[in-house]
Amino acid sequence: MTSEPPAGPGPVAVRLTGITKRFPGVVANHDVNISVRAGSVHAVVGENGAGKSTLMKILYGMQRPDEGTIAIDGAVVTLGTPAQAIAAGIGMVHQHFMLADNLTVLENVVLGSEPRKGLRLDFGAARARIDEISQAYGLGVRPDALVEDLGVGERQRVEILKVLYRGARVLILDEPTAVLVPQEVRDLFRAVRELTGRGFTVLFISHHLDEVLEIADEITVIRRGETVATVRPADVTAGELAELMVGSELPSPQTRESTVTDRVVLEATDLTVRDADGRLLLDHVSLRIHSGEIVGIAGVEGNGQTQLVEAIMGMEPLSEGTLTLSGEDVTAWGTRRRREAGVAFVPEDRNRHGLLLEAPLWENRVLGHQTQAPNRKGPWIDRAGARADTERIVREYDVRTPGIDVTAGSLSGGNQQKLIVGREMSGSPRLLLAAHPTRGVDVGAQAAIWDHIRDARAAGLAVLLVSSDLDELIGLSDSLKVMLRGRLVADADPATVTPEQLGSAMTGATGAAGAASSAGAA
Amino acid sequence: MARVDVRRVLVTVAAPALALVFALAIASLALRASGHSPVDTARAMVTYARQGSTQVLILNTATYYYLAAVAVAIGFRMNLFNIGVDGQYRLAALLSAAVGGAVHLPRPLHLLLIVVVAVTVGGMWAAIAGVLKAYRGVSEVISTIMLNAISTAVIAYLLTPGRLAVSTQGSNNIGTRPIPVSGQVPGLDLIPGANRQVFGFIIVSALVGIGYAVLLNRTRFGFDLRATGRSQSAAVASGVNVKRMVVISMALSGACAGLVGLPQLLGASYSYALDFPTGIGFTGIAIALLGRNHPVGIALGALLWSFLDQSSQILDLEGVPKEIVTIMQGSTVLSVVVAYELVRRYSQVLEQKRVGVALGQTTGVTA
Repeated sequence: MTSEPPAGPGPVAVRLTGITKRFPGVVANHDVNISVRAGSVHAVVGENGAGKSTLMKILYGMQRPDEGTIAIDGAVVTLGTPAQAIAAGIGMVHQHFMLADNLTVLENVVLGSEPRKGLRLDFGAARARIDEISQAYGLGVRPDALVEDLGVGERQRVEILKVLYRGARVLILDEPTAVLVPQEVRDLFRAVRELTGRGFTVLFISHHLDEVLEIADEITVIRRGETVATVRPADVTAGELAELMVGSELPSPQTRESTVTDRVVLEATDLTVRDADGRLLLDHVSLRIHSGEIVGIAGVEGNGQTQLVEAIMGMEPLSEGTLTLSGEDVTAWGTRRRREAGVAFVPEDRNRHGLLLEAPLWENRVLGHQTQAPNRKGPWIDRAGARADTERIVREYDVRTPGIDVTAGSLSGGNQQKLIVGREMSGSPRLLLAAHPTRGVDVGAQAAIWDHIRDARAAGLAVLLVSSDLDELIGLSDSLKVMLRGRLVADADPATVTPEQLGSAMTGATGAAGAASSAGAA
Repeated sequence: MARVDVRRVLVTVAAPALALVFALAIASLALRASGHSPVDTARAMVTYARQGSTQVLILNTATYYYLAAVAVAIGFRMNLFNIGVDGQYRLAALLSAAVGGAVHLPRPLHLLLIVVVAVTVGGMWAAIAGVLKAYRGVSEVISTIMLNAISTAVIAYLLTPGRLAVSTQGSNNIGTRPIPVSGQVPGLDLIPGANRQVFGFIIVSALVGIGYAVLLNRTRFGFDLRATGRSQSAAVASGVNVKRMVVISMALSGACAGLVGLPQLLGASYSYALDFPTGIGFTGIAIALLGRNHPVGIALGALLWSFLDQSSQILDLEGVPKEIVTIMQGSTVLSVVVAYELVRRYSQVLEQKRVGVALGQTTGVTA
């Protein structure tokens, strides 16, 4: 942990000191300290939910920190609104573009800060400035093009131009490469270099570690809301960075003897999912899970794991591929029928997919199992049965709650997760899709959830485990697959692979993928 | 723990009560500003409402207000805004009146036929909006508003002599052929001493309320519906086919809307004529909000609304503009909506605290 800012050319442009932000039930940021030198690219990396976005929202005036100070060019400022942040010279390029499709680039750029000449809009001056900025930084933006005609990369450059037009000296790029193809990434990096060369400061948020290593002058790693280290790309490897991100101080979830049988529970063939624009999110993924087997999916988040799980769950329409469950073709089945056939689901986003936050716990026990015992009596909801079984889950999974009539939203995140895991393990499922099953859960509860999964596995449960916790993956899985850009790119043996090797394979570092035994590359 | 629950109940009841007080205050201000005494006005309204025949009118109006509000509430529970109750009930009333006036059947069958026609027409008309939303992404707000306009045009087209209408003797009104006695619903002598009878259909209204409560709270279908309303993404993950739910619940809402015209049709006018009451669907939206989509709350809201409507009739005689009632109704709905939201947030905080206290930790825990 390097607390003193590494000696470098520029003075400090942005200094965050002791930033702490609490939300009900969680601390999103805890004593975060970052110094960003003027004219540098400073990357902030961390898992989803590590607190990167909260931190950037604080810097952009969208959230107020509970503690700590922000200094711009040495002067402490208060950023209560984005307008104040813009006035202080901070600009943000959001991951999801904020552009009006039916307006031209020029109109989009001036929107909200229209140049006026008397009562009329002075588009002439604006056009000249846009051309000037565009040429100066090699953005190649045409002011009169309609935004709906532009590609993703061009739209992003319009966003950057918009920020520069408003006089920003510090640019926050939130996951800028997530939507780009490699060629566009190269163009973006060229523009970023151009900007820093002229004294602009860039904060670069990403979890694509190879890109971070390429573009950043310094990298700050955030884990569980705290800054764990600030390093220079020359001093670390992608693997070391991954390790810093996920940490490895947790108890190791060792699976004992193998319980894998030769009965195939899930067979997925060529699963392919595209987004609305036809971009491949899941690219011909095939895998097979046996009864009693845990198959782990390693990968940096956003590489198709979500789509894989939701496709198997029947929530994401397939553009190609087939699915069979214990030999039966279930490709055309809806989510409910798959659930009734014994597919259980621990979603990665429990608030969106796992719970009705305003409903009491016992109704959340029914959710997803509306058609199954003990929640149902013919067309009726069996309240008594559901309530009794909720009591059982609260007991067996140690859900800390004063009762089963409180709303799910009033529980802490860890207890919500225990309730979900307990619910999904009810009714002896055949296949469990577990996405980050122990996220946000304390160490004790984590061990308990691992035990429950292992016991069910011994009883013949097939598990697809998606996790960003490499120790969890290695410790629980019977076999491991690495996912990168929508494809399964490598297999690894959990008995021999190290988190470092896995980390390298996840980032697509070619040599390391070989180390992780690329026997069954897709 | 019981003490906390009492507090929660109090908080829930306090919301509409406070909102009413607020609305009364605004109405009083408006009365004062126009030079009338609020106390005298209120006294006149209450005195008028004490009369048996007024009470019958209040109950009768509330009968169809209740049905309209339940129709809206079914949509609300699923986050669907059915603004088309108005068009649904008018079209349903017209067609069921035409069918009822055209056939002769023994009583229970005749009645049943009329009700089935009304429910089917209302349901199918609303289902159009449901299908458009589910499969074409058209906002149900827009489509139901447009369907209202379309049903007005369709009714105007059908309600002409030679199609579904016959002229009434001695007036220039036209309407459908009157429904014979076998299709009428006899009134009830609920209020002693009144010279009018309460719509027999009030029983159906009550049954619909019970059915609504049971369907939503006790059945799997109701669970799916409420889950979808609370969180569509969680409902999808739980296996709810949201598209199907949109169509079904829209149709259900419309089916209930189809009943709205029947108390009047089968209990008083026996024919759908040019002067058939309109606009009940919009009142239903306000009452559903007022009653918080709760079957009992809606009943109270419907009674309050029709009390205000009916007792306003006396105000003209007292020289008070009866628009004061409109002001009161409007400010009640507004303040109730605000009050409910405040109470919702307050009880959330209350519950989080309660959970915290029960577990001996009042502040958040680091993950």
